[in-house]
Amino acid sequence: MSLSRDDVAKVAALARLALSEDELEQMTRELSKIVGFVSLLEELDTSDVEPLAHPLGTTNVFREDEPAPSLPVELAIATAPKQDGECFLVPAVLGD
Amino acid sequence: MSESTDNTAPYTTVIGLEVHVQLLTKTKLFCSCENRFGAPPNTLTCPVCLGLPGSLPVMNREAFRLAVRAASALDCTIAEFTKWDRKNYFYPDLPKGYQISQFDLPFSEHGQLEAIDPKGGFAPRTVRILRVHLEEDAGKSMHDEAAGTADSRIDLNRTGTPLLEIVSQPDLRSAAEARCWLGELRLLLVYLGVSDCNMQEGSLRVDANVNLHIPRADGSLAKTPIVEIKNMNSFRSVERALTYEVARQYEEWQATGKELGSAPKQTRGWDDAAGITRGQRHKEESSDYRYFPEPDLVPVRLTADEIATIREGMPETPRALRQRLADTWNISAYDADVLVGQGRELVAYFEALAKLVDDGKVASNWMQQDVLRTLNDRGITIDAFPVPAEGLADVIGRVKKGDFDTSRGRDIFAEMINSGRSADEVVAEMGIAAVGEDELMTLCRELVAENPKIVADVQSGKQQAAGGLIGQAKKKNPNVNPGKVRELCLKIIGELPAP
Amino acid sequence: MQPTELSAIDLVAAVANGDLTAVECTQAALDRIDATDGQTNAFLHVDREGALTAAAAVDAKRAAGTPLGPLAGLPVGVKDALCTRDMPTTCASKMLEGYRPPYDADTVARLRAADAVIIGKTNMDEFAMGASNENSAFGPVRNPWDATRATGGSSGGSAACVAASMSTVSIGSDTGGSIRQPAGLCGVTGLKPTYGRVSRRGLVAFASSLDQIGPMGHSAADCGLVLETIAGHDPLDSTSLNEPVPRYTEMLEEPLAGIKIGRVPAHFGEGIDPEVAAAVEEGFRVLEAAGATIHDIDLPHAKYGVATYYLLAPSEASSNLARYDGVHYGHRTTEPCRSDAFDSPLVEMYCRSRAEGFGPEVKRRVMLGTYALSAGYYDAYYKRALQVRRLIRQDYLDAFSKVDLIGGPVSATPAFPLGEKTDDPLAMYLLDLYTVTTNLAGVSGISFPCGFTGSGLPIGYQLQAPALGEPLLLRAADRFQRLTEWHRRRPPSA
Repeated sequence: MSLSRDDVAKVAALARLALSEDELEQMTRELSKIVGFVSLLEELDTSDVEPLAHPLGTTNVFREDEPAPSLPVELAIATAPKQDGECFLVPAVLGD
Repeated sequence: MSESTDNTAPYTTVIGLEVHVQLLTKTKLFCSCENRFGAPPNTLTCPVCLGLPGSLPVMNREAFRLAVRAASALDCTIAEFTKWDRKNYFYPDLPKGYQISQFDLPFSEHGQLEAIDPKGGFAPRTVRILRVHLEEDAGKSMHDEAAGTADSRIDLNRTGTPLLEIVSQPDLRSAAEARCWLGELRLLLVYLGVSDCNMQEGSLRVDANVNLHIPRADGSLAKTPIVEIKNMNSFRSVERALTYEVARQYEEWQATGKELGSAPKQTRGWDDAAGITRGQRHKEESSDYRYFPEPDLVPVRLTADEIATIREGMPETPRALRQRLADTWNISAYDADVLVGQGRELVAYFEALAKLVDDGKVASNWMQQDVLRTLNDRGITIDAFPVPAEGLADVIGRVKKGDFDTSRGRDIFAEMINSGRSADEVVAEMGIAAVGEDELMTLCRELVAENPKIVADVQSGKQQAAGGLIGQAKKKNPNVNPGKVRELCLKIIGELPAP
Repeated sequence: MQPTELSAIDLVAAVANGDLTAVECTQAALDRIDATDGQTNAFLHVDREGALTAAAAVDAKRAAGTPLGPLAGLPVGVKDALCTRDMPTTCASKMLEGYRPPYDADTVARLRAADAVIIGKTNMDEFAMGASNENSAFGPVRNPWDATRATGGSSGGSAACVAASMSTVSIGSDTGGSIRQPAGLCGVTGLKPTYGRVSRRGLVAFASSLDQIGPMGHSAADCGLVLETIAGHDPLDSTSLNEPVPRYTEMLEEPLAGIKIGRVPAHFGEGIDPEVAAAVEEGFRVLEAAGATIHDIDLPHAKYGVATYYLLAPSEASSNLARYDGVHYGHRTTEPCRSDAFDSPLVEMYCRSRAEGFGPEVKRRVMLGTYALSAGYYDAYYKRALQVRRLIRQDYLDAFSKVDLIGGPVSATPAFPLGEKTDDPLAMYLLDLYTVTTNLAGVSGISFPCGFTGSGLPIGYQLQAPALGEPLLLRAADRFQRLTEWHRRRPPSA
């Protein structure tokens, strides 16, 4: 199963990763190989098998609707690469 | 295909609505931060709703309960097994880089809600509900051009707020129907205590999908491309936006003939000030959300018994209440609609009043005129209304007894509202005393004596001329009951010797 | 005896009865780190001041007669994937360099409440993605047994710091073998508990349905002691099991008579190093000597384990790592972001920040996961992998209806030279062959030394137990360690 450079470029855009031409080429090779390997699973007939998303099958876990203190704003935005004391700052968001 | 409401239009309008409502829980969907509007930016956050590394969600039991309650009231089937999924996309107001939502196994689907115009502007429209699911809200990004910066400001207070997403089938056939249906939905959710549905605060948001089905001369049907309209901030805006968009689509179709499928679905934003919809920037990828089951949350199983219990434990819906009021108190559908539209507390007041005066119609009139007017004027709700139902019942009783007429009664009631005093106190203050039989007789004899012309008219057969005596009677004594005055004067005139 | 030579059980007892102070124990560990870690690079952050302060507090507590916690004075190294409020938490990535979380992981809070002394954060493969600890943005960890060789991963630092006696015990995390495999390559004991046994709150997520935190030490008994503290229900982790925590250290006495141990012949096929195979077979003999019986069994779908894992884990990871976007925390690019090659400055910021912050293996897995979940591929890849996962789990349920434990190798090779496998990602993935199925099935596993190669490299033996089978798992490993001395050997530099 081979991925094309375009396939990989699309995935990179979806994953928000900037890849150089060289990286794109290398990634195409590596991913093609890995995807080829995982395609091993096609050998199996899984048509009657229910997917297993949670290994131990617990259900119905809830939390009571009681408030607890939030973080003070200084702590909430302390890790922001750019902030103005109240909000996180990012390059302009389009379509506001 | 159901007919267009507007039978004169050369097309059928097809509208579907997608509504998001914030639930009335104390805390957010996955963490214990307060669910509160209007707090200073980023003061209601924690590692979970900030999406910090290592944070994990835990489902709010009350949110799930309210969600099931809402869906039950919308006649939806409640699933016995439901799970959550990740909807993956990048946006600054979405700190985890995914929204926890529901994809292929929502907790409810296949319901319905009717839109009924109490004024009869359109026939009742049953709108099917495709699904109702439970998801988390994102934060807010704010852009202040005036501040001259190129940056947007991100406030994450709203992230994690529980949201119900309600998706209708495209069963609405006019902008008016859409507005009405939204009103009905809002009323229902408020009645159930599920949401306060306040569009100004963002606890109810609406997107609309609309297109036209245009019959061609050869009998085939042309369908215009579906447009999604966003940014409508009130029910009135929804109606205006849809009205505008329908006209715009028809014009465009006449000019270009473009049909459904010729281009990807368009999104247009409603500009309320300009009164138009504007095409929005086409997104670079028709988003691939890569949904997959949320591994940090476990599914929810409900037994049929549990679902039945939730259904049975539900408070009365507006629709059921309207019917019951009309049946029990013999009031019109319109009146029932007005009362129910004011909320459960006002209905309770009305019912208490109607029972005390044993007259639904009279009670309804007083509610709609005097009570509602005061509530509107003062901008208060019934729980802040100064006169309890017993007080108003007292006034109405006295009017019925004949102590004074309705318009006097209104004055008394108005004074009770202003002063907070009882009927007795106000009546005494205003010097309203029931006019004794003798006093009334004396007064009427005086009137008859003073008005020979009116007497002559009555004697010649014009009974209605007696009405002219009432104004004079009131001047002599404002407490007289006009009806009694008329009755007595006629009697006195009748006993006079014939001319 | 030096504090660094004591078992955790003995050290805790010594502190409790005053034979040693917590400060002495902590200082000994810190001295050892100073002497050794320059070469090993097991620690990304050593909290000298904080650790000595915490130790002093333990000593003060004892002096005041206040009851001490069950791990009082115990030096612990914590994998840098767990959040610590007072220390950086980097996941060995430039993306989180210098990041300080505002909260402690549940495991960290429990350790502190038990009066353990957290001496620092250990090195790892970046975001837990790797099997050699060569994917760290801050340099690889060198195997204490041979500094030219890798430790295995992703909990390479946690394994090495115990192996080199820098810390009595450590905390690692295991998603596809990341505790057990480095334990095997470093000659220490490492336990991956049942999924949900230990809270994941505060563990920076790699693959949420596979990740588990677990203890590492020189013995199963030491691992049991730590597990008693860190296991337990956490209402703030929806996947946390609500089951009582047994007193593991009190359940080690009973012999193994009557216990059936499965052996999978397919484990010994092509590809396994002959010295490893021999040592593991010898391991079965030891367990027989302890009273167990050995039975050949099959795990028919195990051969699909690596493929299944390398679809599920990267898929979940691609989503878990989406939050590293330079907006709220972590690395943001300082490039101008005005180019036309991107849809907007914001998108460019995302793409550059993530490209700069993530190493090559992380990028590879994020790409792989994004692809496997994308429209058109979900059914063929992700969904199919979830289906095979159920088949693998069923294999275990079937096997555990016939045997009580499954024994075998933990790695096909002993520690390999640094750089040997870094050019071939797929070859690296295949190192997880014996360990991924444990995580896929959600069951428990432990690895411990069962021998050494001719050149003095440790060889690990793995036991797997059903869900919540830790008591038997630890007991069997402990029995093994009463009959052998492998776990007592220390690297030449120790």
